[in-house]
Amino acid sequence: MSYLTKSPWIIHYDASSCNGCDIEVLAALTPVYDVERFGIINTGNPKHADIFLVTGSVNEQNREILKNTYDQIPDPKVVIAVGICASSGGIFRECYNVMGGIDKVIPVDVWVPGCAARPEAIIDGVVKALGILEEKRKAMKRPAGDTA
Amino acid sequence: MQVSQLLIFLILFPLIAAFFLLFARKSLERNWIVKLAALAIGAVSLWLLVAGFDKGMMMYGVSGKVLDLAMLAIELVIAVYLLWLGLKHKKYSVVILVVIQAALLLWFELTFGHTLVELPNNLFVDQFSIIMAMIIGIIGSLICVYALGYMETFHEHHKEIADRRGVFFFILFVFLSAMFGLVFSNNLLWVLFFWEITTLCSFLLIGYSQTPEATNNAFLALAMNMLGGVAFVVALIYLGTLDPSGRLLELSTLLTSGYAIAIVPAVLICFAGLTKAAQMPFSSWLVGAMVAPTPVSALLHSSTMVKAGVYIIVRFAPVLTGTTEGLMIALVGGFTFLLTSCMAISQSNAKKVLAYSTIANLGLIVACAGVGTYNLMWVAILLIIFHAIAKSLLFLCVGTVEHRIGSRDIEDMGGLIERMPKMAVMMFIGMAGMFLAPFGMIISKWAAIEAFIQAPFGLIFIIILAFGGSATLFFWSKWMGKIISVMRNQENVEKTVPQDKWTVLWILTALVVIVALIFPLISSALIEPFIMDIYGQTTRLAEANIIIMLLMLGLLILMPFSMLLESKTPKIAPPYMGGRTTEGGMKFHGSLGMSRDLVLSNYYLRSYFGEEKLFMVGVLACWGIILIALVMVVGVVL
Amino acid sequence: MIPDPWAAVLNAVIYLLLAPVVGGLIAGIDRKITARMQGRVGPPLLQPFYDVGKLFEKENLVVTTTQNFYVLSYLVFMAVSGALFFSGGDMLLVIFAFTLSHIFLVLGAYASFSPYSHVGAERELIQIIAYEPMIIITAAGMYMVTKSFYVSDIMQSAVPVVLYLPGVFIGYLIVLTIKLRKSPFDLSTSHHAHQELVKGVTTDFAGPNLAKIEIAHWYEYVFLLGVVYLFFGFNPLLAIAAIIIAYFLEILIDNTTSRVKWQMTLRSAWLVAGTLGIINLGVLYYLRMVVVP
Repeated sequence: MSYLTKSPWIIHYDASSCNGCDIEVLAALTPVYDVERFGIINTGNPKHADIFLVTGSVNEQNREILKNTYDQIPDPKVVIAVGICASSGGIFRECYNVMGGIDKVIPVDVWVPGCAARPEAIIDGVVKALGILEEKRKAMKRPAGDTA
Repeated sequence: MQVSQLLIFLILFPLIAAFFLLFARKSLERNWIVKLAALAIGAVSLWLLVAGFDKGMMMYGVSGKVLDLAMLAIELVIAVYLLWLGLKHKKYSVVILVVIQAALLLWFELTFGHTLVELPNNLFVDQFSIIMAMIIGIIGSLICVYALGYMETFHEHHKEIADRRGVFFFILFVFLSAMFGLVFSNNLLWVLFFWEITTLCSFLLIGYSQTPEATNNAFLALAMNMLGGVAFVVALIYLGTLDPSGRLLELSTLLTSGYAIAIVPAVLICFAGLTKAAQMPFSSWLVGAMVAPTPVSALLHSSTMVKAGVYIIVRFAPVLTGTTEGLMIALVGGFTFLLTSCMAISQSNAKKVLAYSTIANLGLIVACAGVGTYNLMWVAILLIIFHAIAKSLLFLCVGTVEHRIGSRDIEDMGGLIERMPKMAVMMFIGMAGMFLAPFGMIISKWAAIEAFIQAPFGLIFIIILAFGGSATLFFWSKWMGKIISVMRNQENVEKTVPQDKWTVLWILTALVVIVALIFPLISSALIEPFIMDIYGQTTRLAEANIIIMLLMLGLLILMPFSMLLESKTPKIAPPYMGGRTTEGGMKFHGSLGMSRDLVLSNYYLRSYFGEEKLFMVGVLACWGIILIALVMVVGVVL
Repeated sequence: MIPDPWAAVLNAVIYLLLAPVVGGLIAGIDRKITARMQGRVGPPLLQPFYDVGKLFEKENLVVTTTQNFYVLSYLVFMAVSGALFFSGGDMLLVIFAFTLSHIFLVLGAYASFSPYSHVGAERELIQIIAYEPMIIITAAGMYMVTKSFYVSDIMQSAVPVVLYLPGVFIGYLIVLTIKLRKSPFDLSTSHHAHQELVKGVTTDFAGPNLAKIEIAHWYEYVFLLGVVYLFFGFNPLLAIAAIIIAYFLEILIDNTTSRVKWQMTLRSAWLVAGTLGIINLGVLYYLRMVVVP
């Protein structure tokens, strides 16, 4: 049995988003959608997380932070780009300071388009990510339950 | 060799070594004399243990008239010297105290000199003396050996201080001799003599660097100790008045002569013990004495001289049992423990933290001795042993660290585990020995709680132990945390520490662990028979509990080896700094990409545990308690 | 007196094997009730087990390998102190072993030298010194009532301990809030979402280390609730009811209060809990010494 899909913990990072998608992410935690019934907890700490939810188009200031946070998430991990800005830069794509989509900095597994992305779509994206997470876990070629 | 010869050897041999050291000009000669002397003293102390541990109390006569006169003469010479120094430095409180004490002593000699019968047994040794002798002989000698390397570096770093190392080591060994004399003397006049010699040694050693700060602190220590000395002489005069033949001057007789006779000298001599053990309101001299070189702090002001103060209180504990006066003395100790533990939280100077911790632990010993039931006596002696070892280790470690990193502030000791790994591990063990289960001090605290709860008014002490114990936990843990922080990319600076120092430090570290392992043996071989002789009943930790503690200690020793069992190289990541890029030594990239330093400091909670506030509280409370005890004593006299 | 060795070892082994299960279930029930109080459905009851299972599947990311040692020691000594408690051992030794294990957690947080875990460690230490006097007073109080420090005696005592120690009991409940890391005293780390220090003490622990910390918490829950049992040892059913009510109260307080500063934590633990405890013991002492010697 894979525990990973029953207890996916997320970390959410705002890479210069307008906060629209962020609010929708947090809305998913509220009683209306209540993602905790799937075991999802929003930890603020990459070292505790499995799923990296990123919003916003990346700019020069936070590309390093995005990279560092991604590096500090232990394997297996998945990245979900939430919103059109995270996917491709959205309406800010042509701006001089914007990188245009987080896949220019870190590898992305699931894209959730929308402006702002709706909570149902985000949850859908997380469910898709769980499947990818499970495959990554199997691919890690280590016995489950390493306690060293 | 007979046991009596061992005693005399231990008293006289350090004196001889001292004189050789006074005239040794070259470092090489000095090193050899100190090391050989230390070896001899340590070996003979062990011999004494082996020869004497199962024999109970043994008393020896040493023919005395010449000795007594010699002692009086030396005391008067010292008095004149101190008088001259006091006048020269304009320390009038010292001048007054010296004059009073000398006058009282002379009056004693004149009044009772011709009626004093020669006491049959001037020397004695029992299990408690053997324990003290081991501390003086083994830990004391180790510290003297350490001092060789330390003073070498000290004078390199402080070229402005006159190099008087000959005098320094002379005084160290005279001190050792005096301490041996103190714990082996059965004649209270002799105890007073050795007591005053230790006061003098402390004064001279604190003032070694001859800076104004050192001189002031030396005179402060002198004044407070002399106050105790005056009380001591008053006690002797009282005893002489009671029995002009001087029979009561024999400690073993006095301790068994019953409340009416013994309580007055007991309180007065315990007052002297309180000053020497730097209990409140006399704690400032010990904190101030930290300006002295570290071996002095380790030897005199944590493991040995201040132990003389509690030694004499523990000796008198059977007289104090169940009395209100004893309770007063215990309360002084208890409040000192609570308040100085709290004050240590707000200190960042490592030696001051150690000083406050020492005063606190001495307070705990005094509290146990003041209440004086048989199981508390057991605790008190255990505390003396464990504290002496762990605290001296910590002082020596701090001394070495200070010389390598140039600071004695705890905030500068961050990341010591990388900069001085072996040192950090030793400090870790020393600190663990001070407050963690299953090491010695926690065993003592455990036994203390279990003993106090059965004693009258013990509840007050349990509350004091509960809160004071928590306070000690706080300051030790945050210091521990500071030294084990891994800051990455730090330079290792401990390779320059000389081998002598390493040897001493390794031995002391091993002792901390070994004593925690074998304390049941020490208890059954030495402490329990001692208590049985005095009280007719004795105590020990239940065997099941001892087994559990040994298992825990074993587990604790094995646990670090788990780090070797790692199956694969772990993935190292930088600590989480909100995603900021970090570099070794904890620089991080701030805004605009500029590299900034990260500084993390401990909490000092100064608004709660500030020194001045708590000091005032302690001084007032303890003076109040002491005055009550003294008033009661006056009541008994009248 | 000293418990029978074979029974003691058996109880210790049962504790070591069952306590994680029971503790995990308690954690699961906690989350479910919390969710319902917040108007949500909440995770399944076995969620804590899924969490720990997942954590063991993650890679072990450390800042320094010494962290592995500290976390393992934390877990081992927590289990040891709980095992000592349930085997009927000396209450004071249990408390000291308990403190030892927490110091290891604090050291593990200090080792990583990150600002979050550093401040978390300092706050954790303040929490430790906040509750330590109270639990020693609890042990002393139990001795005064049952004449023994051994848990086996206290547990089987026919004396209604809680009636003699009401102040101590209330004081214990206050520090229980601190120990269970519930609001308003969840300063150093919290089970709910983010908190001001990222994850405080547990910030730089990942994967298996975090799992061990969680399991240690489960051992801790069982031990702490076991102490509640001791107050009601004279009537086992009443004791279990008391445990359930006490834990429910803790969850309620957790969801209805917000975090306070460390000054308030230290003050409420030392002043309030201490005063209640001291007055209780003082009255008991007086009664025992003067009224019924």
